[in-house]
Amino acid sequence: MSSLDRKLFRDLRRMKWQAIAIGLVMALGVMVLVMMDGLVVSLEETKKSYYEDYKLADIFAPTQAAQSQVLVELAKIDGVENVQGRVRGSILIDMPNSKTGVLAQALSLPNQGKAQINDVFLSAGRMIAPDVANEILLLNSFADAHNIKVGEAITAIIGGQKQQFNVVGVAQAPEFLFAAMPGELLPDDTRFAVIWMQQRYLEDITGLAGKFNEAIFLLDDDADTTNILTKIDDILDPHGGYGAYGVEDLVSNRFISEEIKGAKASAQALPPLFLGIAAFLIFIVISRIIQAERQQIGLLKAFGYSSAEIGRHYLKFIIIIALGGAILGSVAGVYGGLELAGVYQIYYKFPFLEFRVDYQAIFIGNLVSVVAATIGGSYILKNIFKLNPAVAMHAATPPDFSKSIRFGSWAKRLFNQPSRMIIRTLLRHPIRALGAMIAIASGMSLSVAMISLMASFDKSIEMSFEVIDRSDAMVNFVQPMPIDVVAELSKIAGIELVEPFRAVPAILQNGQLTHKSLISGLVAAPELNRAVNVEFEAIPIVETGIILASALAEKLQVGVGDDLTLKIRSGARPTLNIKVAAITETLVGSPVYMRLASLNKILDQGELISGVYIKMDKSQQAAIYDELKSTPYILAVSITADAKAAFKKIMDTGAGAVRYVMAIIAFVITFGIVFNSAKIAFAEGGRDLACLRSIGYTKGEAAYVLLGELAIVTLVSLPIGCVLGYYLSFATATAFSTDLYKIPAEVNFESFFLASLAVVVATIVSGWLVKRNIDKIDLVSVLKSE
Amino acid sequence: MSGETKFAFRTENLVKTYGQGDGQVDALRGVNVEIPAKEFVVLLGPSGSGKSTLLNILGGLDKPTSGKVYFNDIEVSAMKDKAMTKYRRHNVGFIFQQYNLLPSLTALENVELVTEIAKQPLPAKQALEMVGLTDRMNHFPSQMSGGELQRVAIARAIAKQPSVLFCDEPTGALDSQTGRTILNILQDINENLGTSIIIVTHAVATAAMADRVINFADGNIVDIRTNAHKAKADEIEW
Repeated sequence: MSSLDRKLFRDLRRMKWQAIAIGLVMALGVMVLVMMDGLVVSLEETKKSYYEDYKLADIFAPTQAAQSQVLVELAKIDGVENVQGRVRGSILIDMPNSKTGVLAQALSLPNQGKAQINDVFLSAGRMIAPDVANEILLLNSFADAHNIKVGEAITAIIGGQKQQFNVVGVAQAPEFLFAAMPGELLPDDTRFAVIWMQQRYLEDITGLAGKFNEAIFLLDDDADTTNILTKIDDILDPHGGYGAYGVEDLVSNRFISEEIKGAKASAQALPPLFLGIAAFLIFIVISRIIQAERQQIGLLKAFGYSSAEIGRHYLKFIIIIALGGAILGSVAGVYGGLELAGVYQIYYKFPFLEFRVDYQAIFIGNLVSVVAATIGGSYILKNIFKLNPAVAMHAATPPDFSKSIRFGSWAKRLFNQPSRMIIRTLLRHPIRALGAMIAIASGMSLSVAMISLMASFDKSIEMSFEVIDRSDAMVNFVQPMPIDVVAELSKIAGIELVEPFRAVPAILQNGQLTHKSLISGLVAAPELNRAVNVEFEAIPIVETGIILASALAEKLQVGVGDDLTLKIRSGARPTLNIKVAAITETLVGSPVYMRLASLNKILDQGELISGVYIKMDKSQQAAIYDELKSTPYILAVSITADAKAAFKKIMDTGAGAVRYVMAIIAFVITFGIVFNSAKIAFAEGGRDLACLRSIGYTKGEAAYVLLGELAIVTLVSLPIGCVLGYYLSFATATAFSTDLYKIPAEVNFESFFLASLAVVVATIVSGWLVKRNIDKIDLVSVLKSE
Repeated sequence: MSGETKFAFRTENLVKTYGQGDGQVDALRGVNVEIPAKEFVVLLGPSGSGKSTLLNILGGLDKPTSGKVYFNDIEVSAMKDKAMTKYRRHNVGFIFQQYNLLPSLTALENVELVTEIAKQPLPAKQALEMVGLTDRMNHFPSQMSGGELQRVAIARAIAKQPSVLFCDEPTGALDSQTGRTILNILQDINENLGTSIIIVTHAVATAAMADRVINFADGNIVDIRTNAHKAKADEIEW
């Protein structure tokens, strides 16, 4: 080993804590990149394999009812590889622990053999035996949520009659990755049930003997989906087709795609930020470390080492730290990604996980570390190499403060000498001080953004459930009922307010742009389920025209006053032109509102409603739910509090969980930056401190000079960090928003306070650590050193 | 000299070792010495003989491994860190070969650094006047020559009116002419302010200026002699 290499290892050992701190910051930056990219790639791969292996349909075409012969016609459409007809129904399961019962979707499986499209993954038990009437498969997540085991029976209420079904297996399917109640956009395992049974028995229950009410399609790879959808609609129209839609509009798929898109957006937005800040820190720290090595460099040059040899020596030093950190970060990132993917696997109900390591991310992370460190080091080395060895070696030349500020008599009274030292040191190296401030502020801004994000999620929940939806429960009817039932339901003791709605499936169209949606008909000035503007103030439901969610208006590229084509997919299925009357702001879903009376007029079926929102006296809720459960025309009751809890769970467990990880990483990075600043300041100011001590200054007084500088840098960083954090919060809120829910940027006092507190605590701890170094200064050796 | 001699310093079996095992270095091996107050003392000896170590221990910059140091009958070697800081703050001044001025403070401010914390300081300007630097007092260290820097260091050291001034190779980095100026100033301080001066030096010629010359070799004192006639700094041949 050459002498230089020995020096290298000794230097590394001497600066081990600082090297570790730098390496760790870099490691965290790289870790976030590798972890998030690995997560996204893995989720995408897993989704793709799951869809392919279990043959998720490319197109779904629901109808009222169609004879099985229609399938022959559908199969002839160019580009269709396979088509199957299946029966879909709703069955109310009587759960002993549910106040309202659970409305399950019942789906048919072929009478013979495996499903060729939309197959199921059996997670326990066995498949249904042919010709056994009451055998079913139950959705895994629902079985788990209610602790229903294979071999147990469940009770369903069919046509007012209780009927037992034996659960022979629990299953999951790619079409139910994300389990949300019809009409609701958020999943809730306890309330979302799917039952699979043999087609012939489900036909019997639904009264669809020999018929199907949903055609599912697999397409050729190069099929023209838009064209096929039109042809399917043409064929199914006479059979009451509701409008065929592609897999991209399947609720489950949309949700999961959006979630992955959200994770991808944060994977694109956050890691560069973390990595960038870490790289910036490396740059600052390395350049200052090299600066401190100036004399040694002069000495080596004096011995006859060339600039290239010395440069290589220091670059090795830098690269070992940077690469060490990056490699550690890569390994931690892979493991972190695997862990996180495991969390997502459960959350998304993937039966398996195809974990992929994103080598590209690892390469980029390592490259950025090395490049940032090399640039930081080379920049300073270049300046040092310009000096001749004698000058470089001669540290006795005091740094030039001659252009520094002079203190007038008033300032002399104000600042003692140590304070003047602090001020002059800061002012002499404004760029360096600014660099440290920006580095600390950047770290802090990450914290602000991550804490804000937590507040944003809470705000999102608060707005959705206290401002937009203020009902206690939503009641869905078996079929549309005359509006008179409102008066009837109002009479139930404890119900305070009943507000009717009508939900009608429809297709909204603006030229080539279409959207399948449920139109909600509401009263003129709703109290319980309201449309709101950007300021979250209620807006009235106007008599003419339609009110669109802002995300939907964006998708269809329409604004207030524009015309839309509205194809109602119910009753006489009228098609009409309608004006956009207003845009409403929503945080969850993309609702479409119309005045109830106007919607009913279009449908021309009389004054009908699909359900009601209710507000009740909470002390009487048990009795009220019992009463509603036994009302024959009521299909299901969704309790708002349940939906809220489910929403909160999504926010906390899915993509939302990432924000906790990020917040912790942000804090650690901030600490690393502050600690390094303190360490470097100590390395540079050691001699001055020893000098003060020799004159008779106490340890505390000497520490004041050093830590005072750190304190000022920190204090100035706080407002900068708040400002940066404020803007960063908007960026992260956008990154975490999806088409399905929107996260408002909520920058509050708390996030500024907590992030500032974190920086202050980091400063105090770093100061304390450095103070211990100050206390241990060997006065003699420092003062007598060159 | 009549009556009892007043000692500034007295040491008992002063031992200082650095390191452990094979690497152990005995810098001081049981030094016993008495240094009377108000004298100009020169410590001579080859490198590594222990003279600087003694100076540092007397000045409260370092602690002995064993043995005792008394300053005006107060045991310095028993002092805790706080007392040691006070000792340095009020009783002793240091001058180093490397000046050790604070680059971010002007000459005057470097002196004020001391006058702000000392009990009965000289006015900072007066201290600079004594070293002949009144016209340069608002300059920063980077704007001064080595000799000027060392004069600022002396002004800073005497501004607190210490009983003792420790000088570790004060002329080591200076040319002979400037070195002589510095020695002149030190002699002045000794004679006019009554400050004890203890100088560590390689420059044997300096010994001619001293009241007392202590010769070091191998971690102990080999001889102590007193000069009947003290030379003036100007008379010294380098």
